[in-house]
Amino acid sequence: MSAITVPPSSDRASTWDRVRTYRPPNRYLPIIATAALFLGLFGVGGMRYDGLTDPQVLMSLLIDNAFLIVLGVGMTFVILTGGIDLSVGSVVALSTMIAAKTLELGWSPYASMAAVLATGTLLGLLMGLLIHYFDIQPFIATLAGLFLARGITYLISVESISIKDPTFTELAFRTVYIGDYYIRWTAIIALATVAVAAYVLARTRFGRTVYAIGGNEASAMLMGLRVAATKVGVYVISGFCAALAGLLFSLYILSGNSLHAIGMELDAIAAVVIGGTLLTGGRGYVLGSLLGVLVLGIIKTLISFDGTLSSYWIRIITGVLLLAFVIVQRFATRRRA
Amino acid sequence: MPENPTLVQRVLRHQLLWPVLALLVLLLVNVVAKPSFLDVRMQDGHLYGNVIDIMRNSAPVMLVALGMTLVIATRGIDLSVGAIAAIAAAVACTRIIGAGDEAALSTAVMAMTYAIVVCIVLGAWNGLLVSVLGIQPIIATLILMVAGRGISMAITDGQITTVNNPWFSDLASGFVLTLPLAFLVAVGMVVFTALLTRRTALGMLIEAVGINPEASRLAGVRARTIIWTVYGFSGLCAGLAGLVIAANTNSVNANSLGLWIELDAILAVVIGGTSLMGGRFSLAGTFIGALFIATLARTIPNIGIPSEVNYLFKAVVVIAVCLLQSPKARALLRVRRPGAPTLVKAGSPA
Repeated sequence: MSAITVPPSSDRASTWDRVRTYRPPNRYLPIIATAALFLGLFGVGGMRYDGLTDPQVLMSLLIDNAFLIVLGVGMTFVILTGGIDLSVGSVVALSTMIAAKTLELGWSPYASMAAVLATGTLLGLLMGLLIHYFDIQPFIATLAGLFLARGITYLISVESISIKDPTFTELAFRTVYIGDYYIRWTAIIALATVAVAAYVLARTRFGRTVYAIGGNEASAMLMGLRVAATKVGVYVISGFCAALAGLLFSLYILSGNSLHAIGMELDAIAAVVIGGTLLTGGRGYVLGSLLGVLVLGIIKTLISFDGTLSSYWIRIITGVLLLAFVIVQRFATRRRA
Repeated sequence: MPENPTLVQRVLRHQLLWPVLALLVLLLVNVVAKPSFLDVRMQDGHLYGNVIDIMRNSAPVMLVALGMTLVIATRGIDLSVGAIAAIAAAVACTRIIGAGDEAALSTAVMAMTYAIVVCIVLGAWNGLLVSVLGIQPIIATLILMVAGRGISMAITDGQITTVNNPWFSDLASGFVLTLPLAFLVAVGMVVFTALLTRRTALGMLIEAVGINPEASRLAGVRARTIIWTVYGFSGLCAGLAGLVIAANTNSVNANSLGLWIELDAILAVVIGGTSLMGGRFSLAGTFIGALFIATLARTIPNIGIPSEVNYLFKAVVVIAVCLLQSPKARALLRVRRPGAPTLVKAGSPA
């Protein structure tokens, strides 16, 4: 750099100045923290274990967590409005069961998929209507949804049903090669869901209303926003996402079982919180939830690479991460208020 | 109320009317399906029959729901009770196995005391997050709900641990005065709590915190201490429930022990008429609610439906109870019946 003082308005000097003094907007800080956590875990893992730095590990991370990514997207919508959806794990189980049973009955695979998606969306719609029109707390209404979906799953079959349909197995293993590395279709669907959701939240009237309701529902109502349609809408989206995640899960595991996905709603909520979405609503991004899922996924991968740690450490570490993020959120919001 | 209500009016307005009616209807369904359902006979020196089984099976849910009632009365919720129950069982079972004399009474007492203390500490941890750090209860207890099963598995090293201690298994299968010990323990806790909250100011203070935490703080109520206490108590109740469940099978499976018991407990509290919005609570209602859930679990196989479909009925009950309590649904019903609007209005509690 020359010693001549350049006026600050000059483009050349200010580029460096802007980079040097750049502070990301506060609203992106949680996402940056999650991204840093992910990269940190990946870096530490890469140093300790050979083979973890292989890009294929990252691809596998997406493939193995495709269903959780989609669940996280739906959950993000609900949590952004200040609600919660406990039913998603059961809806995933129900979806695998419907897919397996309808295929066993000889339905065409596409009709079976449509049935799955319709069921999940309908369940979401029912819960949304209960929550908005009867003022039932989201927690208790989706609790009913949890019992209902699990009950229907048991009603269809108590036994596990395997999926042997050629279209399903073909879809499950269809891969795309990027150079030497491959990615499954399920992961691409998950990433596409994230992209669509990010667009909807950032660029549409519906998305802005979601944030407005989470910020203050009464204000949103007084502003003339369509609170009722949006509030029911987020549960419909969550139900649809849970059904889609259920389809991805049945492609991943190729069976329908009423014991699938027990406690998966907790993973989804944890991923959303670790991704920086405020549980009180109004702040957060689906991209953060994607990163949250990847953080949970990399912990799982690290534990399996290590080999000496038992799998239950995943739960304990998830709890600790959850605690850390909730406390940080708490102090961040207290300072602003 | 201007005029003295007659007995019938008092009964109709009593808040326990609906829970008790629901329980009676459920029993009636059972009797219709199987006339001998209510039969009770003496066998091996204690009572024996479906009703006795229901009593015994209701104990864990009753215990958890008891702690949950007080937590909900302070406008909170405790999602971690299932995980705490699993931890209690894991601690007790590993202690019994680790002790010198596995079958001794002292071993059982020591192990259970140890487990209960751990659970009170865990409950107090929830209370710390809620009262001192000011985190929403549903989130604060979610943390332990997620981590708790992992901790429980870490204690048992991921194995299904089986114990062999007759005193410990008596907690679930033993009988005192011809009644199941587990039921008597649960009822004893309910009575103890009722005396503690209704014969002292504690109950009123808990309700005050639930109705308006800020106002009660300004009025000199130590809201923080009270919140701390109810979460600690909920931990204790969950721990007892975990011990009863573990004693029933003489083993602990950290993955499945107490799974979804938090949901059953919340359901029992809601059936009993305690509002999830905090404030007024009914211990007698919770007692009936827990009996209702245990009876429902017994009814479904009795009328010839696979017991797994239980969940479906629970969903229907949750929705029905919530709609009955929802002011908007009541308003809707009132419009449909224009005949007696004033009477319904006077009868509905605030």
